[in-house]
Amino acid sequence: MTSPVPQTKTAPNTGNDKDVLVRVRGLKKHFPITSGVIFQRQVGAVKAVDDVSFDIYKGETLGLVGESGCGKSTTGRTVLQLYEPTAGSVQIKDTDENGREEFKELTTMKGEELRKMRRRMQMIFQDPYASLNPRMSVGRIVSEPLRIHNIMGKKEQEEYVESLLERVGLNPYYVNRYPHEFSGGQRQRIGIARALALEPSFIVADEPISALDVSIQAQVVNLLEDLQEELNLTYLFIAHDLSMVRHICDRVAVMYLGKIVELAPSNELYENPLHPYTQALLSAVPVPDPVKEKKAQRIILTGDVPSPANPPRGCNFNTRCPVRFGLCYQDPDPELIEVSPGHFVACHRVQ
Amino acid sequence: MAVLMEVKNLVTRFYTQEGVVYAVNDISYTLNEGETLGVVVESGSGKSVHSLAIMGLIPNPPGKIEGGEVIFRGRDLLKLSSEEMRLVRGSEIAMIFQDPMTSLNPVLTVGSQITEALKLHMGMNNKEARARAAELLSLVGIPDAERRLDNYPHQFSGGMRQRVMIAMGLSCNPKLLIADEPTTALDVTIQAQIIDLVKRLRDEFKMAIVWISHDLGVVAGLADNINVMYAGTIVERGPVEQVFADTRHPYTLGLLQSLPRLDAAEQRLIQIEGSPPDMRNPITGCPFAPRCPYRLEKCWTDTPPLEPVPGDASGKHLMACHVDVREAEPNREGVAPV
Repeated sequence: MTSPVPQTKTAPNTGNDKDVLVRVRGLKKHFPITSGVIFQRQVGAVKAVDDVSFDIYKGETLGLVGESGCGKSTTGRTVLQLYEPTAGSVQIKDTDENGREEFKELTTMKGEELRKMRRRMQMIFQDPYASLNPRMSVGRIVSEPLRIHNIMGKKEQEEYVESLLERVGLNPYYVNRYPHEFSGGQRQRIGIARALALEPSFIVADEPISALDVSIQAQVVNLLEDLQEELNLTYLFIAHDLSMVRHICDRVAVMYLGKIVELAPSNELYENPLHPYTQALLSAVPVPDPVKEKKAQRIILTGDVPSPANPPRGCNFNTRCPVRFGLCYQDPDPELIEVSPGHFVACHRVQ
Repeated sequence: MAVLMEVKNLVTRFYTQEGVVYAVNDISYTLNEGETLGVVVESGSGKSVHSLAIMGLIPNPPGKIEGGEVIFRGRDLLKLSSEEMRLVRGSEIAMIFQDPMTSLNPVLTVGSQITEALKLHMGMNNKEARARAAELLSLVGIPDAERRLDNYPHQFSGGMRQRVMIAMGLSCNPKLLIADEPTTALDVTIQAQIIDLVKRLRDEFKMAIVWISHDLGVVAGLADNINVMYAGTIVERGPVEQVFADTRHPYTLGLLQSLPRLDAAEQRLIQIEGSPPDMRNPITGCPFAPRCPYRLEKCWTDTPPLEPVPGDASGKHLMACHVDVREAEPNREGVAPV
């Protein structure tokens, strides 16, 4: 059994690297808080992502869940180098000219080199209304990545775009229409077609279904699953809908206030959650069954999430945790430790 | 149980530049005292309009209530003058909205916003109103309530703001609380706190609740009865256990099947094909027909009435569908393209 997360922050994973596609180690993203008008001094930092490590295996879907403000979207964007990380390493496996596979470090890449790497990794955004340029036709939106990377001639591009639209379940006839002529679900399909245009191997899907109607969500999830199978895609699936995450993900990482508190294969996580936050999160999900709902025993957390600019001393969850004790209020924070094969938890109680 | 409110043949339209929006199309139902009614709707199916119409808050123009009655405790709310309606709002019917930040005034303290209603509707003086406001805030679980009265809305977190909204809603002991997706903007753990709170307050204040949501899970846990709406019409209605256990309308069935379940094994989701209805088209036939795997030829032309489902002795479970889904086979091929 390979270890998806190293137990120490610095030691790289020396286990079997064969099927790891993306390797994230000690990733941090702190946004500075400044004060002063002319001479801006940094007076603090929002620790949106604070020392996060995980691996993503080839062909799998890794879920990243947590509540708003926990840093899950920032993690996704920092992995793709859309934000410059404050610290840490992000590596993606790439094939060199000789066909050998090797890990490439993204955090030190710049300019042209990084731009080339972007062909391997794409993003699907949450809001299909905001992520499509209203002044561009569907054909131009989907072919934009091809133009930027200078791939294919004009005629070829047109044919390719039509085949992409068909692949995501849109009528190729719509190629000259504009985003406002489509419903939310159709727009999300356009966004997916754009993400697929460069034939990436890794896609970060940032809450791709949260803005969609309930009756449309299943369509998009089924599409993402079909595409994964056909094109052997690897997803980092960011979401707050826990039932959808269980459905689509192979493994799930739970984040709280910038840190991963638990990481496990989906079924293991949902059937045997160990971290008190994961337990509360799962118990809070309403089940569409009145009989079960009326019997449900909820763990009701008290209090609110602390600000990531000023996290509590010790474990970040100690302000709301139902099972906290003395050690939880002391530094250092609990470390993410493997308690059973593939199941990692950061909690003093469990450890 | 005495009837609290009766909605009869309510029709609301919006006359916009892009044409007429058929927002609420002939809906009728009754609500008993102390009952919790869950209204399940997707965006654009007339959910907010329906509650705003009851509150007399439809902006006119472009909106217009074209017909129907809302009988609340013996009076037709739609016929009240705006002055009379103002006395009903807040004191007899209260409403909480999805986004508490947009419904609280950012430049007034929370205390002054709660006491306003108390002074207006209950005739309290400043001191009484302030004491009652502090009492309400602690009732909804805000610690240090007395001091928090002098805070502004931005000093509260999202969950706390929603609690403030609920405290305001409850301030005059309303008979009916209309909650329009009050937990959608909140995280699940905070949502669980708020729902827990609403359940306790409902039992304490014995008020009726209309809880509008797209989340079938939330409705399942909270409601006594449920209205499932599609394209501004009620397509299925009944006691919540019955509607979930013995679902009869293809749309409700489709919604339930398309949800992944935390409590069930993994399988491919059964999706509802097509897109949500364009409310600018007047309804001809069944509004769900273009997306329905059970549709018949007559579904395109005959609008099915809301009638008791076959085989239900109580007569409380209603649906608007020509087909009996227990006997028909769904045809998942050849239903409307995306």
